[in-house]
Amino acid sequence: MNATKAATPRRRMAAPQAIFSTVFKARESGIVLALILLIAFTATRNSRFLSAQSIRDILLGTAILAVLAVGQAIVMITRNIDLSVGSVLGLSAFAVGSLLRDNQGVPVIVALLAGLVLGGACGVLNGVLVRFGQVPALGTLYALRGVNYLWAGGQQINADRLPESFLDFGNQAILGVPWLVLIGLVVLAVATIVLRGYRAGRELYAMGSSPQAAELAGIKVSRNTIAAFLVSGALAGLAGVLFAARFGTIDAAAGTGYELNVVAAAVVGGVAVFGGSGTVWGASLGALLLTVIGSCLAVLDINQFWQQAIVGALILLAIGADRLVASRVARALRKRDSHV
Amino acid sequence: MSEAALSEPALTRGRAPWVQRLASWDTAVIVLAVLALLIASGAVHNFGTSRNFTFLLLDLLPVALVALPMTFVIVTGEIDLSVASTLGLTSAVMGLLWDSGLSIETIMPLCVVLGAVLGALNGFFVTVLKLPSLAVTIGTMALYRGLALVVLGDQAVAGFPRSYTSWVTGTVGGGVVPNLLIPLVVLALAFGLVLHATPVGRKVYAVGSSEQAARFAGIRVRQLKFWLYVVSGAVAGLAGVLWTLRYSSARADNGFGIELAVVAAVLLGGVSIFGGKGTLPGVLAGAVLLATVQNALRLQDVSSEALNIVTGALLIISVLLPNIVNSARAALRRRRAVIQEGKG
Repeated sequence: MNATKAATPRRRMAAPQAIFSTVFKARESGIVLALILLIAFTATRNSRFLSAQSIRDILLGTAILAVLAVGQAIVMITRNIDLSVGSVLGLSAFAVGSLLRDNQGVPVIVALLAGLVLGGACGVLNGVLVRFGQVPALGTLYALRGVNYLWAGGQQINADRLPESFLDFGNQAILGVPWLVLIGLVVLAVATIVLRGYRAGRELYAMGSSPQAAELAGIKVSRNTIAAFLVSGALAGLAGVLFAARFGTIDAAAGTGYELNVVAAAVVGGVAVFGGSGTVWGASLGALLLTVIGSCLAVLDINQFWQQAIVGALILLAIGADRLVASRVARALRKRDSHV
Repeated sequence: MSEAALSEPALTRGRAPWVQRLASWDTAVIVLAVLALLIASGAVHNFGTSRNFTFLLLDLLPVALVALPMTFVIVTGEIDLSVASTLGLTSAVMGLLWDSGLSIETIMPLCVVLGAVLGALNGFFVTVLKLPSLAVTIGTMALYRGLALVVLGDQAVAGFPRSYTSWVTGTVGGGVVPNLLIPLVVLALAFGLVLHATPVGRKVYAVGSSEQAARFAGIRVRQLKFWLYVVSGAVAGLAGVLWTLRYSSARADNGFGIELAVVAAVLLGGVSIFGGKGTLPGVLAGAVLLATVQNALRLQDVSSEALNIVTGALLIISVLLPNIVNSARAALRRRRAVIQEGKG
């Protein structure tokens, strides 16, 4: 069964590939269908939902969540999970926020790089810990959050203390595309290309399908695991900068609970919890779906508290559905093999 | 408190050389917990007062209580991250039911049953759908906390009967020991007996050591795991009831994040995250050690959020250290083997 999972991404073993591509097409078209229904329903109830402002809000929110979801997808493809992303986002947002507050002249690009580097360092720490134990994801979630509280204390960084250029970056557009969305698209494109066409990307899928086989095939599993966490951490750091730029107000609790949304976006987008399959494109669609749901709740005047329950239910639904589909596919494959 | 139970596992290793006994993790944690208590009493102002001791025990309670079934779950190689949210949801539902006018005597068992049902849902996903427990319980962690918010929003329900709340916050005969320690000790003894002296306990270890071997030996692995999740949920539900009574306030965010302390206490107590290893006395000592360190730091004005650094770091260390020791031992053994081969 694992071998068939490895074949998911195109080429090799034509027969299972056909089945899998239908499954994943079904997944992605399912999300698109859900999105269309949701948007149509909400728009008929309240026309405000399709106003330029509301669409822009959804796109900006999606951009931040999608950047995180791309990183999470990369980690989950290797059959791991990164629970620290919310804390890294918070830490990076606060760090970059205080950097800019104290040095008004710092250009935006330096802020972005600082977030990437800080997040990347946290990611390496995670990756190294994961090679030794299994739950450190949980440990670093709270430990990093604790660092943030210790550092931030009760203080809050307000928008009026941040440089104008930075806040413009968070809310303005270039050629009609908001900067945040542009960055999200670039991250998505680069990750897609690397995961599809480059050796490093293929190795991650192989590791997730069967860590043992990957090791035997000469893949440097340790190095790649740490690299996957590095990327996820760096992207969470980047998302922290985007968060700071968009909201302008940052305290120690920034990004609390984001990890749940990110995991939900990835699994809803078809990234398997068992590793070895899924795309960053799917994860980003998942991020879009989650953001739209949140926005619909607000527009339809439904109790905002449903949001988190929906996130949890979506995680369970997605992984449950994946499981049922996978076992059905496995059975179908077995049957065919026995006939041949 | 459970002195006899504490010394037992140490004694069974009596034949081992003293180095090995020192290296035995749960013995070390028990010693560390006692040391931490002594050092804190001496060095931290106000730590040794009887009032603070009562608070220390009261804070320790929910974590130690939930850690009992969590030990079973982790020994089988699984995990349950949803316990804190189960606690929150039962607390919220308790508030809702109390508001609707039900009697507290009806509500409390209902809440424990609710916890068991929530645990059963975890068990269903893990054992019937055969999904990884980490992913499942992350999902239910979000779902249960979300439902708690849906039930109660950001409201708080107070006004629980005085007779119950004062018993929960009271002490035995007005002394130092909180009344709540009684149910904890009873449950700890029960869980300890089941884990260390019954076939069920041996099955739990067998499943954790090698699930396949356990299945071939005729153990119903999935059934066992399912019921462990049910028990874990029920105990979390009970903890929710006690939490609500202790603070006399039912809130959706009650117990937020205590899964970290629970998992940290269990791993600190010498339970292997890979399953198959660990003892309940070790876990209780881990919970005491954790509570002592946190209490002492809190007396030094460290905020409870910042304390997560300590808890998180202890968790990471307790996963890392055994792994490092094991790989060092393995490396040593390999080297010895090579040397002997060379001689031969």
